[in-house]
Parts: sequence; structure tokens; C-alpha cells
Amino acid sequence: MMTAKDNLFYFIYLHRTGLTVLALSVLLLVWPLLESNPYNLGLSNLIAIYAIVVLGLNLFIGYAGQISLGHAAFFAIGAYGSAIGTTTLGGPAWPVMIVVALAVSLVALAVGLPALKLSGHYLAMATLGFNIVVYSILVQWDHVTGGPSGFSGIPYLSIGSVVFDNEIAFHYLVWTVAMIALLLCLNLVRSGVGRGLAALAEDETAAAALGVDTRRAKVKVFILSAVLASVAGSLFAHCYAFVSPDSFNIFVSVDFVIMVVVGGMGSIWGTLFGTALITLLPEWIEALESYKDIIHGLILVLILLFLPQGLVTGIVDAVRTRIALSHHD
Amino acid sequence: MIELRNVSKWFGGLPALQDVSFCMEPGRITALIGPNGAGKSTLINCISGVDRAQSGSIRLAHHPVEALPAHKIAALGVARTFQNLKLFARLSVLDNVLTGLTVAAERSFTVSMLRLPALRHQERQLRLRALEALDDFGLAKKAHWPASSLSYGEKKRVEMARAFVSDPLLVLLDEPVAGLNTEETTQIARHIRRQRNAGHTMLLVEHDMELVMDVADQVVVLDSGRCIACGKPAAIRSNPMVLEAYLGRMEATA
Amino acid sequence: MSGFQDLLQFVFAGVTSGAIYALIALGFCVVHNTIGIVNFAQVDFVSLGGMFLFTGLFWGGLPMALALPGAVAGVTLVGIVVERLGVRPSRSQNHLVLIFLTIGISIILRGIMKLVWGKNRMAVPPLAGEEPLRIAGAAILPQAVAILIITAIAIGLLVIFFRGTRLGLCMRAVASNQTAASVVGIPVGHVKAASFALAGGLGGLAGVLVTPITTLSYDVGVLLGLKGFAAAILGGFGSFPGAVLGGVMLGLLESLSAGYWSSAYKDVAAFVVLLFVLFVRPKGLLGK
Repeated sequence: MMTAKDNLFYFIYLHRTGLTVLALSVLLLVWPLLESNPYNLGLSNLIAIYAIVVLGLNLFIGYAGQISLGHAAFFAIGAYGSAIGTTTLGGPAWPVMIVVALAVSLVALAVGLPALKLSGHYLAMATLGFNIVVYSILVQWDHVTGGPSGFSGIPYLSIGSVVFDNEIAFHYLVWTVAMIALLLCLNLVRSGVGRGLAALAEDETAAAALGVDTRRAKVKVFILSAVLASVAGSLFAHCYAFVSPDSFNIFVSVDFVIMVVVGGMGSIWGTLFGTALITLLPEWIEALESYKDIIHGLILVLILLFLPQGLVTGIVDAVRTRIALSHHD
Repeated sequence: MIELRNVSKWFGGLPALQDVSFCMEPGRITALIGPNGAGKSTLINCISGVDRAQSGSIRLAHHPVEALPAHKIAALGVARTFQNLKLFARLSVLDNVLTGLTVAAERSFTVSMLRLPALRHQERQLRLRALEALDDFGLAKKAHWPASSLSYGEKKRVEMARAFVSDPLLVLLDEPVAGLNTEETTQIARHIRRQRNAGHTMLLVEHDMELVMDVADQVVVLDSGRCIACGKPAAIRSNPMVLEAYLGRMEATA
Repeated sequence: MSGFQDLLQFVFAGVTSGAIYALIALGFCVVHNTIGIVNFAQVDFVSLGGMFLFTGLFWGGLPMALALPGAVAGVTLVGIVVERLGVRPSRSQNHLVLIFLTIGISIILRGIMKLVWGKNRMAVPPLAGEEPLRIAGAAILPQAVAILIITAIAIGLLVIFFRGTRLGLCMRAVASNQTAASVVGIPVGHVKAASFALAGGLGGLAGVLVTPITTLSYDVGVLLGLKGFAAAILGGFGSFPGAVLGGVMLGLLESLSAGYWSSAYKDVAAFVVLLFVLFVRPKGLLGK
């Protein structure tokens, strides 16, 4: 006979994912009331935008076990697509965002189908090459993209009469999208599809023998991650009203990968942590700005040498094993 | 009814399988034996789609599968275990068994991301089936342990649970007792017999002759890629060609 | 015949940059063959070559004849340190982990360069004067001639090293079968360190040769290095003749497309070629 308290704990356990998301959402809802400094809000908004990219990238790298060193390219196409679509072509922002995301899914399909036959450093190089090609086009095709000096005058997003034109409005906009993305990814990971991806990452042969269409799964995850990056890019463009190629080079792609690794390859919650850490690091060590690269690199190297599953996964696994072993005695 | 006819495969110039033909009755255990290098693993890989035969036909309930990729063969109801264990260390024991139900689970990314009620219901059903399978193999208590923390014998049992959970048409067991002690082997033999009584068709690759003679309904002997004998265990045991295949090998290395 | 002179010019330029790509590609191949990983830090060996040359000339006051080999020796040392501290301690054999590990090392090296030498562009003097020479009517910088000659010598020395010296043979053994090599008593650890040293030397040499022509900065090696990587893939990753062939071909493709199509999209051309190779024939031209 379960007591009311037992029933409550069981309910919480059963719905722990949804409840955690709910709790986080409530926190985010009231955050602007607690933190009124627009600079800090701006930082947390950037974290949200990057988190959307990194969530998708983590599904691809962490869950499906693939490599991408070029996701900034999809981020860029989303940003520039929205920028050009709404400014030069004068289209409405939300439909343009959707059209651009669809276009990105087609590009990801076109690039992914041949590229995902490769693995390891071949795939790494293919994604790097793709990023460099996109970046070069952004820089050189200056009469469309504005070239190295960037593209400005991008309109703000609005819903009805509400215009998202300040940090607080951005906060609700981007974190809503980020929470939706988080929930979708959490759901995916907990489903048969998610298990299939995890199997794929560890052992492709076994996954195929179990019925996972490995080629299709890889391409689908790639497209999903590209679409998320595109949406994030569009939000980025509409929030900052300005984009320049520097935000989309291969070093940004590598930063995204660092965020995945730090949080834990395959850990959805770890994504938020990793993104926040890497984004906030330059702020905390302001005095050490010239050491920023060294610190980024050191974090990546140290984690890979000593805790390759990333910080969040590593800790969660250690705790889980400990709990399991303690039940054993 | 599983039928192999003239299955052949070469690796470069070396023949791994030459005109292998035999049938497997439904609900019966066929054992595949032979000296090392005889082609047993290659044959299992060809049947499961991990590898591809260059000629010959493999039919599953009259359905030709020799040209299908592994995941399509799995979808037709073929499950297998692996000689060198292919469990997913990152997943829990339960999740490992759940991967055995991939074919039955929802495949759509969109439906999964939205976690529609139908999906949630399906997940619950799948979990129950997986827990039952684990219980069959005596591992229900460790369902939520990380798979990497189990003993070797327990891992072998998880792989078997993963193979049987989807109620497959054909189960390929690739050396299920390799590396196990006598007690664990007896346990596995019991599990295998139980599954046979439940109506499962199995192809068992093994070196452990006691186990083979104990559970097999039919024995197929491979030597250097050829099928040199096929029949009941007692007949195979005294078959001179089979003895020569094994003893002949021993003479050569003596 | 202006058309022919133009073509010759582009060919010179292409073979020159091709030589640099070849050196870098060889550096990637050496490490990949003996250790089995792709060392993304190779790109920074190139930058470091230029940096050490700069330091030797301007902070040390050395003459070019000393500064150049000194710089190459310096990067060789850095290669050894990277292997010892960054690669060897890794406990994981996971492909993903190793790739990201060398990326992390690369970031650290770049950060150190930024710290020591700053972010600004610097200039390094060429080996033998700045007046272009005229060969068959086409202009070619003396530095380019130096690049071609020195690269050819370096490749020759490399061949002798791998065919004739004990260390070279040991490296080939380890590349072929590490376990067997250690069983017959080859010190695998030393060989791995030597591979990184060699990769460092090759990258450093590329750096000292090319930075007088391009400018020098902490990230000059990145694009060059990635093109070197692309050249290695084009030629067949892991194949030494492939690295040289791939380098020359990539250099020529780049130069000809810059000359006849658009110099602005030079980088696009190089990497579109790479993507094409990866999608159609990842083994490359001479790959196994």
C-alpha cells in the first residue's frame, strides 16, 4: 500500500523530465525580474541561441556518434537567409524563417547524403570544407551579403503588436524557443529513435542487426541538427539586427563542439551546462582575455584526456554506478 | 522454414563458403559446428545481413534475403547474438533489451519528438515486454544498472534477452557460451531449451559439443567453407568425415 | 605570347603553393601512419615555423642561415612536446575523442602564439631578395624558387630517411603493425615521438618558407594547413607520394582557377575540389 508521500515521489520520478523542464521554465519566466542588467540578459540570450545549435549538434555528435566541424555554416545560412529575406527581399519575418529552415534542410540533405558515407577525419574534413566554402561565399559575395563589414538593418521579430526589440523581450522569445527545442530533444532521446541513435554511436554493426537503418538515421539527425542551427541563426539575426561573417567561421564551429564535449557528448542537460560555461567563460576571466584561447583549448584537452564523457555525463554516470553498486550490497 | 541453397562467398581469392545448402525447420534448433575457420561466422553474418554472400540464395519463409541489408533482415524477424558481445555499454540493461524492440518501436522523428500519447503508450508496452524478457533470463533486478557493470555471464544473458524480446522468426546464436563456466553454460542451455519449447527457431554456432549434442535437433557441419554433413546429433557424432575434419586438423598441428 | 606567359605564371604559382601544401600533407601523413590519428595541431606547426623564424631574426639577431634551420628545429621540439604532453596521456582509443583532442591542442598552441607574439600581422624577410626573376617571360619570386628547391631536397631526404635509416625503418614498421613492431623490440614510444618531431619539422619548414610570401600571424597556418590536409586527402590519405601529388595538384587547381575564373573565390575552389573528392572518391588519387 503506497502512502500519499510514496505516490508523490513516484509521480515525480515518472514525470521527472517534464517536471524539470517545467521548473526551469518557471525560473526563466521570472529571471528578467531578478536580473535587470541588460548586459547580463544579453549574455543569457546568447546562451539560449547557442544552446539551440548545440542541442542539435549534441544529438549528432553525442548521440549518433558522428562529427561535424562545420555547423556554424548552417547557423550562418539561417542568419543570412533571414537577414536577406526580410531586408533585401522585404519578406515577413516568421515565414522567411520557416522557408530558410526548409532550405537548410535541403542543403543538409544534399551535403549529408554523400558526406555521411564517410566517417572519422574524412567526415570532419568534409564538414570543415563545407563551413569554409560557406564562409568564403559570405565574405566574397559582398553585394548580397555585405561582405566582411556585415549586413545591418535587419528588422525585429514581432507577434501581433508585440515587437521583440529589447533584451527582456528577446529573453522570452529565445528562451521559449530554446525550451521547446530542449523538450523535443529530450523526448527524442527517450524514445526508440533515441535508443537507436545511441546504439548507432556505439556500434553501427549491432545497431543495423537490430533493425536501425543506420544511413537514414545519420542523415535525419544531421538534417535535424542543421534545422535547429538555422532557426537559431534566424533568431540571432533578428535579435542583433546585424550579422557579419566573423560569427560564422570554423572557429565558431569548433566552439560549438567544445560546448558539446564539455557538457557531455550525449547528455541533453549537459548541453545547457556546456553552452553556458563556454559562453560565460570570457566574462569571468575578463582580465585574462588574452588567455581565452588557451583556456578553451585546455578545457577541451583536459576533459578529453581525463573525462572523455564530458562533465555532466561523467558525473551522472559515476553517481549512477555508485547507486547501483550500493544496492548490490 | 529457412532455406539456404548454394551459398558461396570469397574473400579476395579465398573461398570462405562454398555451395552451402541446408534447411532449418521452424521451432527447431539447428547447430552449426566445424573447426576454426570453417566459415561459421561468415555464414551467420550472411544470414543476418552483416555480410553478403556472393552467390546462392537464402530464404526466410520463402522470402529471399541474401541481398538485403542487415536492418531489413532484422525487420523480417531475424535476431542474433554476437560472439564478441555487442552490448551498448553506455545504456542501461533495460535500454539494451529495448533496442531489441527497435523494429516494433516508432520510427518517426517527429512523432517521437512530440511524444504523442500513442507513443507514450507504446513505450510503456515495450518497457513491459523488455522487463519480462529480462525476467525470463533472471536479470530483472538489474534492469536499471549500466550495462557495463555486469559480469561477463550476465552480459551474455542480456544479449540473449535482447535477441528474444522481439519474438523473432529466427534467432542466430553466435557462440552463446564461449567464455562461460560449466554452471553458466548449463544455465544458458536451460534458457535455450525453454525458448525452443516456446516455439522459437534457432541457429546455434558453438564449439561446446556437449551443449550442441544436448539441445540441437539438427547438426550442420562446415569444414573449409563446405557443408560436409547434416543430420541428427547422434548420426553426426559418429560420422567419419566429421571426425576427420576435427582430428585431421589436430594431426596437422601436432 | 601573353596567354602562354600567363599560364606559365599560374603554373609557377600553383607548383609553389603546391610544394607548401605537399610539405604540410606529408606532416599529416607521418603522424597518421605511425599513430593513427589526424593531428590538427599540424596547422600550428606551420605558424610556429614563421614565428620562430621571426624571433630568431629580430629578437635574436641571427642571420637567416642560422635562423631558418633554428626555427625548423624549434618546431621539431614543439612536436615532441605535443606528443608527450598532449597525445600520449590519452586513455581513450575513441576516434572522436582523439580528433577533438588534437583540435584542443591546436587551440592551445594558437592561444600561446597569440599571447607571445600578439595578434598583429608581421613580416618576415625572404631568403634571397625581393625582385622577381623572369623565366620564359613569367615572373617568379626568388622565394618561390627557394621553396621549390628546398622542398625537393626535403622530400629527397625524407625518402632516404624512410628507406635507409634505422629510425625510418622503425617508423615504417610501426605504421604497418604496431603490435608486431613492439614485439620485435622496436621502441614504439620513441617512434611516436619521432613521428611528431618529423611532422613538426615538416610543418615548420613549410612555415619558414611560405611566411615571407604571405604575411605572418598566429593563425596563418590554419587555412594553409587545412589545404594541406585537403591535399593529403586528394592524393590519398596516408600515401606519401599521394601527399606530394595531391599538394601539387591542389596548388595548380587553385592557381588556375584563381587566374582564369576568380581570385576572390580561390578558397572556395580548393574546398569544393576537396568536397568533390570526398564525395566521389574518398580514397583519393593514390590511396589504398
